[in-house]
Formats: sequence, C-alpha cells, structure tokens
Amino acid sequence: MIKTIDAKGIYYKQLNDKILQAAEEGADKIVLENVNGQRYIGTRVDRPVEIEVKGVPGNDLGAYMNGSTIVVRDNGQDAIGNTMNAGKIVIHGHAGDVLGYAMRGGKLFIKGDVGYRVGIHMKEYQELIPKMVIGGCAGNFLGEYMAGGILVILGLNRKPEEPIAGDYLGTGMHGGVIYVRGEVDKTMLGKEVSVFELDETDNKKLDELLHEYCNDLGIDYEEVRKEKFVKLIPVSHRPYGNLYVNC
Amino acid sequence: MNKIFPRIPSGCAISGIMNKKGHRFSGNDIIKSIALMHDRSNGLGGGFAAYGIYPDYPDHYAFHVFYDSLANRINTEEFINDHFDVDMSEPIHTRKVRSINNPPLIWRYFVRPGQNKLISSELTEEEYVVRCVMRVNSCFEGAYIFSSGKNMGAFKGVGYPEDIGDFYCLEKYDGYIWTAHGRFPTNTPGWWGGAHPFTLLDWSIVHNGEISSYGANARFLEMFGYKCTLQTDTEAITYIFDYLMRKQGLPLEMAVATVAAPLWKEIDRMDQDKKELLKALRAVFGNLLMNGPFSIILGTKNGIVALNDRIKLRNMVAATKGDFLYLASEESAIREVCSDPEHVWVPKGGEPVIGLLEGVDNI
Repeated sequence: MIKTIDAKGIYYKQLNDKILQAAEEGADKIVLENVNGQRYIGTRVDRPVEIEVKGVPGNDLGAYMNGSTIVVRDNGQDAIGNTMNAGKIVIHGHAGDVLGYAMRGGKLFIKGDVGYRVGIHMKEYQELIPKMVIGGCAGNFLGEYMAGGILVILGLNRKPEEPIAGDYLGTGMHGGVIYVRGEVDKTMLGKEVSVFELDETDNKKLDELLHEYCNDLGIDYEEVRKEKFVKLIPVSHRPYGNLYVNC
Repeated sequence: MNKIFPRIPSGCAISGIMNKKGHRFSGNDIIKSIALMHDRSNGLGGGFAAYGIYPDYPDHYAFHVFYDSLANRINTEEFINDHFDVDMSEPIHTRKVRSINNPPLIWRYFVRPGQNKLISSELTEEEYVVRCVMRVNSCFEGAYIFSSGKNMGAFKGVGYPEDIGDFYCLEKYDGYIWTAHGRFPTNTPGWWGGAHPFTLLDWSIVHNGEISSYGANARFLEMFGYKCTLQTDTEAITYIFDYLMRKQGLPLEMAVATVAAPLWKEIDRMDQDKKELLKALRAVFGNLLMNGPFSIILGTKNGIVALNDRIKLRNMVAATKGDFLYLASEESAIREVCSDPEHVWVPKGGEPVIGLLEGVDNI
C-alpha cells in the first residue's frame, strides 16, 4: 500500500505523526510531497517502510532509524543518519555536515558532495556494520574518530587539483576502513591512519557495496571501478584502551 | 532594556538575500526564509538589516534608537540635537503582535553631522558619527543607537524573527539587500539591544555561533575607541570589520584572512609571497583572529559577505538565481523563497562568499 502525504507548510511534529500513522495503518511505501526543512523524518518509525522524499528534508533525517529505507530525490541537509541503527538512506543530490554521526548499522548513500565531519565516530559490533558511500568530495574531518564500519569516497565530480577529502582525514580513527577512489594527499591524513593497497577481501566487500550504490543512484559501475582504490586503516588498535584500566 | 549582561553566546539561524542589480524588494521573502528555521531560535531575539530602504534620505545617517523611557529620550535627544542637524525624527512605525511584549520606545532620526562641531572635532565625518554612537551607547542610560548607516536600517527585538518582522511592518519596506537572524541565547536572557543584527555605519552583522576570542578582540578594539558596551561577541565582529576595512583600508580578502586566518599548517604550504603576507597579518592583527564556531553574514551598502570559521563549526548554504544571491544556515530556508535555484553550494570554512552589487569593485 502506497500512502502519499503533502508536507507543504506542515510542522515537523505533525508530519512525523502522519508518517507514523501511515506506517501503523500498514503502508509499505510513504511518498512525501513538497517537503522543505522538516526535521527527523523517519526517526520514530519502528517498522521497516520505504519513505520517498520530494523536496529538501530538514536536519537529522533518519536519526536513530531502525530498518526503514529513505530515498531523497533532492539535496539533503545536516546530520543525516545520526546514530542510525539499521536501514538505508539514499540522497540523490549533495548533503551537509556531520552525516552518519555515530552510525552503528545500515547504509547511507549520497550521490554528490558532502560537508565537514562526515562519518565521525561510526562504530561496529559483530555483524552490525554501518556503510557509507559518498559519490562526490568531502570536507575536513572525514571519518574522524571512526571506530568501525565502511566509508567509501568516490570523488566522481572532482575538478582537477581538488582534494577528494579535506584536511584531517581519519584523524583519531581506531577502527573500520575508509576506501578512497584515487590518490590520497598524505599531508592531509590524520596521524593515526596509513594508506594500504586493497586485498581480495577488500575488493569483494567494495564490489558488493558499489554495485548496490550504483544501482540505487543510476551510476555506471564500470566507470567508478576504472580508477584504482586505496584503503585507509588505523595503524593502532584501541590506543586509549589502557588509559584508565589495564586490560 | 537593561545593558548589563555578562556574555551572550548563541546558536542561531541566519539568512540573507541580495539583488545584484540593486533592484529593491519587500521584506516578505526574508521573513519567510528566516521563519522556516523557526526551531533554530527560541523567541529571545530576532532581527533584520535592510539596505536601500530610505531613498528619500540617501545622504542622511538614519539613527534607529531604543529608549527605556521618555526621560531617557529627552536626555539623549539633547545630545543628538547638539551634535547633528536632525531633518526628521519620528517613532518607528510598529504594529501590535501578540508575542511581542514590552517593547522599548523605538525612534528614528535622519541626521547630518553638525558642521561646526564636525569641523572643530578634526575628525572624518564617519569617525565623528562613530564616536557619537559610542558615546550614547556607553554613557546615556536607557538609550541605545542600534542602527546608524545611510539608506539602511536594522530592525530587531525580543521575539521570534518572523514576529519581529511583523512587528516592524517590514513588508512595507523595499531594500536590495536583506539579512536576518533568529536567536537562541544559551546562558543570558534575551534583551532588545542584544538581538542581531549589530550595526555601525553601513556595516551590519548577523551571526550564528560563539566567539571564544571575544575578550582578546574587545581589548584590542578598545584601544581604538570602540566601546564594547553590549558585552556580546557579535558586537565585536561588527567593529572588527569597521576597524580593518574603514580605518585600516584593508581589502576584504585580507580582512577575511585576519578574522578567519588559515591554520599555520596551511600557511606553511603556501608560496613565499603569500606566506609572508599572511604571517604579517597574523603578527599585526593577531588579536583580531576570531576563534570559536561562527557563520556570519556581513552586510554593507555595496554587497554581502558570508563567512564561516576555519574548521566550519556552523553550517551555511549559498545559492544563486538570476540577479539574486541567497545565503542561509539551511538549504530549505533558501528553497522556501527560491524553489529552483540555478546553483546551490556549501562554502568551505574560512572561504568567503562575496556578493557585490554590479559596478562595485570592493565591499
């Protein structure tokens, strides 16, 4: 069952109530028309549904989300997928700062550029592994304090001389992996990470993720794969593990 | 309207719209834009700056003044009449708005410096005006000149910005630049004088963030006659730009490189000439470096400049369509008044977005 909601001029609380009500009434897909700036879309839905957003959703899209899928046909704002647990968010435009903050599961796919502090403090536990793919370039502090998960940056629209990610890439990172398409300027790396070649396991993980990403966003997979990838991983393991207690 | 508050940091919303050809438009769009970000403010401050609104008095300084009482007004007007030729004085027209309570008396004066006083002061006209504004704001009880530019004006108060816009009837004014602010003061009460924008002459600043270098900045400014009487970080930003650009004559790029100086790590990577220039700026004007999170929109009669702190701790989106430039804390606040912009981008930290009027070569 598809339910359409016209969000024009509706305050975010009422809009999210309507989404929740539609989900409770059994809608599998909810289409939101004329969205502009409403926050927390998809946050409270506790049953996996598909939400299609037409317009620019407000901050904290899909915050704490637990299993739903959100597709945004336009640009996104800040703090998308904040502490997200499971599900998928696909943004067909660019997006803002602090995306996927402390994300602990699910997928976040962005077609265009992203802002500062994206993927900071992503974390993983056993089979719960958050995955983020950025089609464009990123600002400073990408993957800062990352503790787990997979972060992929493609820089597809990159202009010559433009860095794929800003300064302090992976600063303080101590878990997870960042796959970068192309070269990395080592002066912009955090001192806790190093650049490595991909091995077979990496390529398998990356292939699977990129196929899904390209399929969702209508991007040519072969084109994406033409350029070489490198991986960034932390060179230390739990650097602060012995700070307060010896273990 | 009490001036005595220790410190006013804030986490807010800002928005700006300009027409590059100088065509004037009403305050409706800027109100709609800032209203969309209602939840970024908490009703303790809202305000607007508008340029081009007084075409009948293009060469007069337009003073907008808050008074606590009639006695304060009489007392202050004596000073204004003594130092300026006042060609027009009137209460600023406002309408009753349910959520706006206990406004001060709000007056407007179109003035020119009194020639005898100006000549004997041996100051430039602008410096004379600045000193008179500083004098009123620091020495006259219950009086605050919150706007003092030509053919421009600030409108601000305690309330949500959309209610403040309604209160001042901004739909009746036409300007070619509008900026707006919604305030969320975090550890001091909101008061009428503490709302943004902060203006001096033609400079206006709306600001989202908190300047942790306020003490160092204010101490430096005080040496040059600026009195930071309102004890708010944003007030200091306005004076910094006035000092660097009007008094020191620095071009905008250098003023920006002073307040949002590149990190030393980045300076080390620059070519020799640029490195020397930036080191010199940091040596001479190091005390004007603005630390802490900020996104600001600077307005002047020639255009607007949006700027973020170097590590971008506050958000800012820019867009263009035709002759219009839009800036806002959130993209949706732009889309609310321009649903299909031609170009939308997210500026990087420390990189200004500069919108100049056609035919003007510096801000």
